[in-house]
Amino acid sequence: MATRFNSQFARLLIAACAISALVACSSGVKLNEVPVEDKTGQTLPALAPPTVMPGSGAGGAAAGERAVAGVQISPNVNNATGASAAKVVYFDYDSFVIRPEFQGAIDAHAKYLNVNKTRKLAVEGHTDERGGREYNLALGQKRSEAVRQALGLLGVADAQVEAVSFGKEKPAATGADEASFAKNRRAEINYK
Amino acid sequence: MNNPTLLNILNPQGPALHRRRWMALALGTAAWTQLPAQAQFRVEISGVGLTQLPIAVVAFRGEDAAPQKIAAIVQADLERSGQFRGVDTAGASLDESSRPDMSPWRQKAADALVIGSVTRLADGRFDVRFRLWDVVRGQDLGAMSFPVPAGDLRLAAHRVSDFIYEKLTGEKGIFSTRLAYVTKVGQRFNLWVTDADGEGALSALDSPEPIISASWAPGGMQLAYVSFESRKPVVYVHDVLSGKRRLVANFKGSNSAPAWSPDGKTMALTLSRDGASQIYGMDSNGGEPRKLSQSSSIDTEPMYFPDGKSIYFVSDRGGSPQIYRMPSAGEAAGRAERVSFSGNYNISPAVSPDGRSLAYISRVNGAFKLHVMDLASGQASAITDTSADERPSFAPNSKLIVYATRQGASEALMTTTLDGRIKARLGSQSGDIREPQWGPFQK
Repeated sequence: MATRFNSQFARLLIAACAISALVACSSGVKLNEVPVEDKTGQTLPALAPPTVMPGSGAGGAAAGERAVAGVQISPNVNNATGASAAKVVYFDYDSFVIRPEFQGAIDAHAKYLNVNKTRKLAVEGHTDERGGREYNLALGQKRSEAVRQALGLLGVADAQVEAVSFGKEKPAATGADEASFAKNRRAEINYK
Repeated sequence: MNNPTLLNILNPQGPALHRRRWMALALGTAAWTQLPAQAQFRVEISGVGLTQLPIAVVAFRGEDAAPQKIAAIVQADLERSGQFRGVDTAGASLDESSRPDMSPWRQKAADALVIGSVTRLADGRFDVRFRLWDVVRGQDLGAMSFPVPAGDLRLAAHRVSDFIYEKLTGEKGIFSTRLAYVTKVGQRFNLWVTDADGEGALSALDSPEPIISASWAPGGMQLAYVSFESRKPVVYVHDVLSGKRRLVANFKGSNSAPAWSPDGKTMALTLSRDGASQIYGMDSNGGEPRKLSQSSSIDTEPMYFPDGKSIYFVSDRGGSPQIYRMPSAGEAAGRAERVSFSGNYNISPAVSPDGRSLAYISRVNGAFKLHVMDLASGQASAITDTSADERPSFAPNSKLIVYATRQGASEALMTTTLDGRIKARLGSQSGDIREPQWGPFQK
């Protein structure tokens, strides 16, 4: 776009101004082109006029070249249900191992999926809030992957399960204490 | 006062060398930027014994009748760089056509003077004009005019700042560049595009699900990001001017951490489609990904070195997350080398555009702190006193870093000089603010 600042272009304009004096480069506002007297009575040369960066004009008087067109996303509602077993598996700190107490729920989901071959689910891994967002996304993926693999060992077809991660983006509890962190280190099972 | 400072600074052979001769100022910890603006980065912390150039930025004639106060924006820009200190201009009434008497400015110890005007043109646009003076030598350092629509008045002010910064430091200014960041208010997530001072925010995306890892394309007109709007992380490329979006990575599993190659043709990103989170390369228009990293561990957060020949990334292949470097063609083309050695949690690498520095987050005694490493020597140091720093990103002139952190219960964005001495804070009016990314120079 024409108004983008470009130092090479500015230099060219300065050169153009020097050559064509004030004609080409001045716009509507009157400049102080007359020599100015200072207190000592010495005549000083006129100030050079400002170098004009041409306006884009395309956006009219209000909109600028920095316009941003906004996009709005509507909520994605999912009411699907599946096996009635527990749908959240919790993990220990820095761990991706499914604790024995959750094996029963995993078994129930596997049984349901093996009977209902057209049903699919997403396993969504989550972490607590400590550390970077992308690294936590990868840690949450290890949790969902652990659940996916456990279902696979029980005969569930790959095509029925997708392991994804929300990292630390969707905490179940918002406190900054160990009790909240423990609730957030989880994998959620969501039927589609 | 006989101070040859500006002449020396203008010497093209060595502006950096001569900066040392700037007046040494012993500054305490103080907030000196007092602007009426709502959500601007405020200089909050300043170092002691800094050398800063004193500059007087007089209110532009006519700016009271314009939608933006140009002089205040310019002064705040220059102060945020850490290289300038504003001088009181109360009572002065000058514009770019004035031939100012320098003696009062010399008395105020100003080295440079900025005077200008804002005029409404017949077509509704505004003409922003200014002239920069060397106070010490009484010399005219140049004048510019920016006729702009009302919506670009802040942009014009930032271009005034860029002109002044470049004239007086010899380095390119970054004030007219843009930032992207994300806010979370209630259950709404917004991706914003703003001026480099954090103001003039425009929403690019408004979603009920999280948005992370926004990354500017080299031209500064497109953003890649991770959106959870389909209840899983997928990567979009979004043209900010038109609002058009392309879904570039929606493979089975998670799709995240998009990073553009310097020529914009290729994108590196993290996919979990084969189980483990691994780094892939793909055409930035979409297509079939090629696997770049080769481990059975987590490999993520790729970032191209400015020459495009290598990729910095995070891997826990050694037992803890550390920063590594591999050829941009992947580990099949050459071994990955470890870059970070101190500590057992080093993530979120950002290489400066000049290729000299690496910013990253390191966990030290349970606190996540922004560090800057000099890549030539390998020397690194923590440059913040906060404990939940995240995702650093360099300004395109390599002189400032923007990052996210937590202050008390609320999230904030900070800018800092590489030595950590000058920091400015951008707080959110309500809710959380995070995931900043500094855009490139725009042509």
